[in-house]
Amino acid sequence: MSDTITLTYTVSNEDFTRAGEASSDVKSRLKQMNVDPAVIRKVSIAMYEGEINMVIHAEGGRITVEISPSEIIMTLADKGPGIADIDKAMQAGYSTAPDNVRSLGFGAGMGLPNMKKYTDEMQITTELGVGTTVVMKVYL
Amino acid sequence: MTVQDISELLNARVLCCDDMLQHPVHTACGSDMMSDVLAFVKDQSVLLTGLCNPQVIRTAEMMDIVCIVFVRGKEPDEAMLELAQQRGIPLLSTKHRMFTACGLLYTHGLSGGAKN
Repeated sequence: MSDTITLTYTVSNEDFTRAGEASSDVKSRLKQMNVDPAVIRKVSIAMYEGEINMVIHAEGGRITVEISPSEIIMTLADKGPGIADIDKAMQAGYSTAPDNVRSLGFGAGMGLPNMKKYTDEMQITTELGVGTTVVMKVYL
Repeated sequence: MTVQDISELLNARVLCCDDMLQHPVHTACGSDMMSDVLAFVKDQSVLLTGLCNPQVIRTAEMMDIVCIVFVRGKEPDEAMLELAQQRGIPLLSTKHRMFTACGLLYTHGLSGGAKN
């Protein structure tokens, strides 16, 4: 395969139980494409954490996944509140998620650190009151 | 150890995917926080949790976890069972509490096994 395959998803925040459907779809497509299982797992976990973040913090958003022979690029864009302090948000254990999210198993302050850990490159662009875009790359 | 061994050691009910009882399990992790589960990649792992919502199945799917044990007698709803069935992840339910369930598996040779 020499062409880049682009997948786009709209993430809704209306139903928390559906969060992860986009990541699940990407995972099964990468499996069909016979991508290395270790790479699939990295992409799946990073994208899933990002998808959960969009649902928790930003009332959903849009995810674009570009798969080329050399890398997988995930772009997660939302029109949420923005991140006030990126350095703090990157610290393991720091969370601004409401308590009800913790009862659902998230909001431990591990989302962004996990996304960074499982990707080869990660860039966050954010503006308060406007939104956040996270671009993550995993090399193939 | 296999999924069947785990169900016997924990006196657990197998709720779906009973065709996968012979699947090998090498490591285990116990947590109610899914982000903590996602932080450490493990090999052929079972997840023990007191959390009971569809994100547990999703987390297991992303992590390639081979089996989920719900502790304290928790039981998943139909939607969770359907999702687990689709993904081929056996769901077990034990009346043991988290500490006891983990201890029983640990004393029978299952380790934490986090690679990081």
